[in-house]
Amino acid sequence: MTEAKKEKFIVPIGPQHPALKEPGNFEFTVDGEIVTDAAVRLGFVHRGIEKACENRNYTQDLYLLERVCGICSHVHATAFVLGVEKLAGVQAPPRAEAIRVLAAELERIHSHLLWFGVAAHEAGFDTLFMYTWRDREVVMDILETLSGSRVHYSVNILGGVKIDVDQKLSDLIKKDMDFLEERTEYYMKVVTTDDTFLGRTRGIGTLSKDRAKLLGAVGPTARASGVKRDIRVNAPYSGYKEFPVKMVIDQTGDLEARFVVRLKELYESYRLIREILEKIQPGEITTRIKRKIPEGEVISRVEAPRGELFYYIKSNGTEMPDRVKVRTPSLCNWGTITDVAVGHKLADMPMLLAGIDPCFSCNDRMVEIRSDSQPSQMMNWDGLRKYGIEYYR
Amino acid sequence: MSTDSENFYAQIVNKLKNWARINSPWAIHFNSGSCNGCDIEILATLTPRYDVERLGIKLQGSPRHADVLIATGPVTLQALDRLIRVYEQMPDPKYVIAVGSCALSGGVFDGCYSVIGDLNKVIPVDVYVPGCPPRPEAIIFGVVQLLDSLKKGKKPTKIVVSNDVPELIIEEKSNGNN
Repeated sequence: MTEAKKEKFIVPIGPQHPALKEPGNFEFTVDGEIVTDAAVRLGFVHRGIEKACENRNYTQDLYLLERVCGICSHVHATAFVLGVEKLAGVQAPPRAEAIRVLAAELERIHSHLLWFGVAAHEAGFDTLFMYTWRDREVVMDILETLSGSRVHYSVNILGGVKIDVDQKLSDLIKKDMDFLEERTEYYMKVVTTDDTFLGRTRGIGTLSKDRAKLLGAVGPTARASGVKRDIRVNAPYSGYKEFPVKMVIDQTGDLEARFVVRLKELYESYRLIREILEKIQPGEITTRIKRKIPEGEVISRVEAPRGELFYYIKSNGTEMPDRVKVRTPSLCNWGTITDVAVGHKLADMPMLLAGIDPCFSCNDRMVEIRSDSQPSQMMNWDGLRKYGIEYYR
Repeated sequence: MSTDSENFYAQIVNKLKNWARINSPWAIHFNSGSCNGCDIEILATLTPRYDVERLGIKLQGSPRHADVLIATGPVTLQALDRLIRVYEQMPDPKYVIAVGSCALSGGVFDGCYSVIGDLNKVIPVDVYVPGCPPRPEAIIFGVVQLLDSLKKGKKPTKIVVSNDVPELIIEEKSNGNN
């Protein structure tokens, strides 16, 4: 028994991982090639945003909260704005709500394409990474034309939106949607038919429906396991009441299903954007809102590209909120990693981590500690990725 | 060998090193608590639209292979040790580019309890690229500025990008007496 224990070693991954949102430190206990246990530690980009919200007024908070995440900045602002508007008893005009949905769906397209590229990169499929990021620039151009910024769009203001869509822009967007739809068809073909890719995704990291429910998975990770969890459908907010979406569900729950669900969501986004541009009604885009928000507390939920985003706002009747609580979707999905990783090969870890879209990318450093007799070995995220690719070659 | 010829060879090697460094700088990217906005834009400079690899600039995973540290974010207390460690692991001579408003001054996170807010307080910075986030073109421009100054053998100086910058409107604060 002690002999067998000596064979095991712990592989910590992270926390120095620059690329995306929530850097985490993972510890995989490995028995030979197979992962037997996994743990996660978070908090490396803790900036104290929730506390900072209490020292700023509602308008300033809007810009602060947009910078919680650079990938889904619009949904953070939307969640906050919807909550504050509810507290103040103000309803944004229908045109403003439609524009909010338009921006949210454009953001979903950019986020999913970004993820798709990064996931392909982790699989060693760099051509696909370059393809998707090239196509992603099309969406970035639209967002820039729409709002003036590529990343933090600042579409929302309290009581409405600050940008508007005209006929010329809407024609441009429609043309670009046609192009992206054609490209997505190609990606779908790659994901479902390419043998090399399927070898890395099919049957890997399967998360059953019950486990997904138990672990509180959200967003495409949950939907790939057959859990019907999509705030846009379950509790429509803002413009989604007027422009309903179809929930994309898959039953298999493996990595391939997560790819397919996200790509199918892209189609849904293209359709919705076209519908909004066709049916959007002319009218006001803002209403007046008082600087002082009445006392009360509110919960606001929206569907971010990665899943359910949850905001709790408490007001004490002044210009500044008493408490703002943010729960991001990536946090909910980390739990599934520790569950799914067990029993898989170390070489599958990059793809599994990328599979929940945790914004886990390039140069994460990794230390591999062997048992007593052997010297410890340093590896970085690149090294782990290469290891995975070599393993499946 | 005499010391004169030793110096001569050392000079040639140095010139060669500098030439190589200017023509193909390897960069490491470190996020010290940024929101990803800048990091995505840095990643976007590698992709087909901007493609800095055609200019010889390569994003490198390991600090030990890097000449340039591209750092983003307001330096959280958690990331502080790691930032310094990454900087110290880089071989000399090394240069630092601070990307984004947060790395310049803390940006919107100024005053938060767990951020330092200025990269220059932690490690010496050579080039600042402002913006929230800066466009990929701006990041490439920042790298080019660094390389230009290396050619001349000087530290980069402040440059004027645009003359028509609107004047800052500073709110008049009322005195306690009024």
